[in-house]
Amino acid sequence: MSIETSKPGTDVDRHPVPDPGLEEHVERYTDVDQAAGDRAYRQVVMMLAAVPVLCIAFVVIYFAVPSDSFIDLFGMQWNALNSLLGLTGGLATLLIGLACVHWAKTIMGDEEIAEDRHSAASSTEDREVFAREFAKGAEQAGLGRRKLIGGALGGALGLIAVPAVVLFADMGPWPTAAVRKETIERTIWAEGIKLVNDITQRPLKASDIEIGQLVNAQPANLWDYHGTEFQVEKAKSSIIIVRMDPDRIKIPESRQDWQVGGILCYSKICTHVGCPISLWEQQTHHLLCPCHQSTFDLGNSGVVVFGPAARALPQLPITVDADGYLVARSDFTVPVGPSFFERDSQHDFKEGDR
Amino acid sequence: MAKPADVSVDSPALDTERPPEQQGLPAGVTNAAVWADERLGLASLLKKNLRKVFPDHWSFLLGEIALYSFIILLLTGVFLTIWFKPSMAEIEYQGTYQLMRGLPMSEAFASTLALSFDVRGGLLVRQIHHWAAMLFVASMTVHMLRIFFTGAFRKPRELNWLIGVGLFSLSLIEGFAGYSLPDDLLSGTGLRFVDGLIRSIPLIGTWAEFFIFNGEFPGDLVIPRLYMVHILLVPAVLLGLIAAHLALVVYHKHTQYPGAGRKDGNVVGYPLFPVYMAKAGGFFFVVFGVAILMGATMQINPVWNFGPYNPAQVTAGSQPDWYMGWVEGAIRIMPNWEWHLGSTTWSWNVVLPGVGLMTALFVLLGAYPFIERWITGDTAEHHVLERPRNNPTRTAIGVAGITCYGMFWLSGGNDILATQFKLSLNAVTEFMRVAVFVAPVIAFIVTKRICISLQRADAERVLHGSETGIIERSPDGGYSEPHRPISIDEKFTLTQHVQGKALEATPDTDGHGVAEKGAGVSSLRALASRWFYAGVIAKPTKDEIAEADHHADGHDADGHEVKAGKSESAGQISH
Repeated sequence: MSIETSKPGTDVDRHPVPDPGLEEHVERYTDVDQAAGDRAYRQVVMMLAAVPVLCIAFVVIYFAVPSDSFIDLFGMQWNALNSLLGLTGGLATLLIGLACVHWAKTIMGDEEIAEDRHSAASSTEDREVFAREFAKGAEQAGLGRRKLIGGALGGALGLIAVPAVVLFADMGPWPTAAVRKETIERTIWAEGIKLVNDITQRPLKASDIEIGQLVNAQPANLWDYHGTEFQVEKAKSSIIIVRMDPDRIKIPESRQDWQVGGILCYSKICTHVGCPISLWEQQTHHLLCPCHQSTFDLGNSGVVVFGPAARALPQLPITVDADGYLVARSDFTVPVGPSFFERDSQHDFKEGDR
Repeated sequence: MAKPADVSVDSPALDTERPPEQQGLPAGVTNAAVWADERLGLASLLKKNLRKVFPDHWSFLLGEIALYSFIILLLTGVFLTIWFKPSMAEIEYQGTYQLMRGLPMSEAFASTLALSFDVRGGLLVRQIHHWAAMLFVASMTVHMLRIFFTGAFRKPRELNWLIGVGLFSLSLIEGFAGYSLPDDLLSGTGLRFVDGLIRSIPLIGTWAEFFIFNGEFPGDLVIPRLYMVHILLVPAVLLGLIAAHLALVVYHKHTQYPGAGRKDGNVVGYPLFPVYMAKAGGFFFVVFGVAILMGATMQINPVWNFGPYNPAQVTAGSQPDWYMGWVEGAIRIMPNWEWHLGSTTWSWNVVLPGVGLMTALFVLLGAYPFIERWITGDTAEHHVLERPRNNPTRTAIGVAGITCYGMFWLSGGNDILATQFKLSLNAVTEFMRVAVFVAPVIAFIVTKRICISLQRADAERVLHGSETGIIERSPDGGYSEPHRPISIDEKFTLTQHVQGKALEATPDTDGHGVAEKGAGVSSLRALASRWFYAGVIAKPTKDEIAEADHHADGHDADGHEVKAGKSESAGQISH
C-alpha cells in the first residue's frame, strides 16, 4: 500500500518547486586531504589509547586515596576520592564515546543513502489473507454456533481478577469509623498531660514563656513510644506554644479557659497537607507554613488569613497544674492535620464563632 | 534402539551448507557468524536491517539521551541496591559521619549515609544516579516537545505518542518514588505531602492512604513498598514500554526534516552499520561520561545536610525535584476551596491542583493527536516533519502549554521568588493565580503571529531571494538593495509543506459532529477547523515563483522596490 502523501489533485499545490533530488555529496576535508585524514585517525586512536591509562588511574585512586581526604579548590571542599574516581572514570567513558563519534564523522564514509519507505498498513492482499485465515480459525473454534462459550469465557476472565484484587485487602487497616477514631482522629494529648519542650523534654511553666515567644512542644508521654509508633504520634501531637498580649488578640468566649494569660497552644501540623508549621511573625501574630505558605492568625483562634489551607489550626485547650506547669485540658477537639473525606469539619473554628 | 545408518563420509548429504567465504573477515569471525546463523538465522534478519537508514539531526538525539539515561539508571541503581536497606526500623546512628552519631534514624537513612561516606565510590554512584534521573526526565520532556512541535505524532505514530505519554507519566512516579527512599528530612516532607494529597481524594482518600501507608502516616511500610515500586514494578513497565517505543520507531522508520530529496515515501540518512552503530553507540558513552562527570563535580541531594526525617521539622524553601515543581506550584497558588457537607470534607484545594492537574496534563497530552486530527480531518500518513512555523496554531498551542507549565513551575518557588526579588509573597501568589490563565493566552497570540511572520519571510525568500546587504544607488538617485536568488534546494525546502485547508461544514450531517469518515462535518468541527487555520499565509504558487524568477532575471539590481510590490501578493491571507 503506497503512502498517501496528499489529497488527489493537490500535488502541484504541494510542490510549486519540483523536488531537486538529493543534494550532491560533498567530500569532507578528511576525505580529500591525506594529512587531515591521518590526523583524524591519530585523534581517534589517541582518545582510545587514553582510556586504559585512565582506567589504571581509577583503580590506583580507588585503593590509594582515603575516603575522608579532601581537596580545597575553587573555594570549595571536594571529597578527593569521589571527585577523582568520577573524573578518571567519567573521562574514560567520555573518551570512548568521543572517539566513536569522531571516527563516524571524520573517517567513515558519509554518503547519505535513501531507503524507500512503505506504509505502516499491511497490503490489501495481506489483509484479505488474514481475514480468510481468521474466519477459518473462528469457524474452527465453533464460536459461531456455540456462542455461550465466548460470553462465559469473557465473564470468567473478568471475574478471575476479583480474587487477585481481594488479596490486597490486607494492605493496611480499614479506616472504618471505629479505626479512624483510634488513629487519625485522635492524638496522645489528654487531660493533665504536661507540655514539654520538644528538644530538652523539660516541662514548661507558664512563667517561662514571655510575650512574643514561640516554643515547639510535645506531650510528655510522647517518649513512651518508640520507632514507628513514635513517628506516627509525633506527626499528630506536635504543637506550638505562643504567648501574646491578651489585650491585643481576639479570644472567643468559648475559648476563654483554653489559655493561660495569653499563652495559647496550637497544632503544629498544617491543615493543608500536613507540614509542620514553623515561621512565626511576632508582630502580626501570623504563623506561616514554609511548604505552601498558608498563613494562620494565632491571635484569632488560628483562622486562615492567606494561602491554600482551608481550615483554622486546631487549638489545644490548656491550663496550669498545681505546680504551675502547663498541661492539656483534653485532646484536640477536632482531628489535626490535613483534610480527609470522612472528617466532620462542622466543629472547626470559623471566623465569627464565639 | 535404532541403528545408525551407515553413510559414507563423502556423502553430499552430510555437507553443511555454508555461505560463500566472506572476503577480508578472519576465519574465526566467519566461523562464529556461521555458528550463530545456523542456530538463530541471523543473516535473514540482519540483511534488511543491518544497513537500515536513520536520518541525522541533533534533535533526534534527545530521545537517545533519555534512553541512555535509563540504561545508566539501571546500572547505577543495581549498584545502590547492594548497600541500601529499605527499612523504616529505627536505629541509633554510629557511622562515620560524626555530626549524626547517636541520632535515632531509620535504617534507610543510615544506609544512605553509609553509601555516601563508607562505601568507596558510593557517593559518586549515588550522585550519578540522581543526575541521570534529572537527565532522564529532562531529555524526555524536551524530546516530547520536539515530537509535538514537528508534528511527528501524526499518523501513523499516534500509538507511539501514547506510549511516550505513558513513559513520561511513569517516569515522574519513578523519580518521586526514588527520591522518597533515603528517608531524609526533605524526602520525608515530600511523603508527608503525598499523604495529604492521597487522603484529599473524595470518597476513597482515607482508604487509599491507609492502604498505601499501612495505616497512619508515616507507618513502617511505605519505604519498603516504594522501594519495590522504584526498583521493580515501574522499571519493568518502563522497560517494556521503551522496547515497544523503539520497535515502533524501527517499524515506522524515523521521521525526517524536509529537504531536497526527502519525501514521505523515503528516508534519507546514514546506515545503521557502521555509521549509526558508531554514532549512537558512541553517544551512549558520551551521555554516560557526562553523567559521571556531573556526579563527580556537582553535588546533588546532600541528605546529610538535611538530617533524618522528623515529622515536627521542616526547612524553609523545601521543594520537590524540579519535575514535580509544577504540581507543587499549583498546590501553592490554589485558593482554599473546601466543602464541608454534613460530616464529610471535600478538599478541592488539594485534590484539584494535585490529582486533577496531573490527570489533566496526561489526558490532554494523550488526546492531542486525536483532537488535531478531528480538527484538520487529515487522514494522510506523514513522515516528513513539519517546520513549526508551518503549523502556527499547533505551535502556538505548544508554546501556550509550555508557558502554563512554566507559570505553575515558577509558583512552586513563590517563596524563593519573593525572598530573592524582595517581593511580597502574597503578591507573587496572587499574580500567579492570574498568570497561569493569562500568560498562556498571550503566549498563544504572540507565537501565532511570529509563526505567520516567519511564513511571510519564507515566501519572501522564495520569491525574491536573500538580502545581499549591498545598497546600490541608481543613476537617478534612488537607493535599492539587490537580492540574490536562493538555491533550488532551499526553495524546495521552503515550499514543500502541505498546506492544510479548513474543513467546511457539510449541510447534511446529523449535527452531532460525528468524526467518522463520510459522516460529514459538523458546524462545530468546521468552526474549530477555521480557527485552526485562521491567518495562515498561502505559500507561493508555481506561477508566482516563475514570474518572480523571470523578474529577477530581467532586473538584476532592481531590488527593494520590487520587493515592496511583491510582498503584498505573497502575503495574502487565506481563510
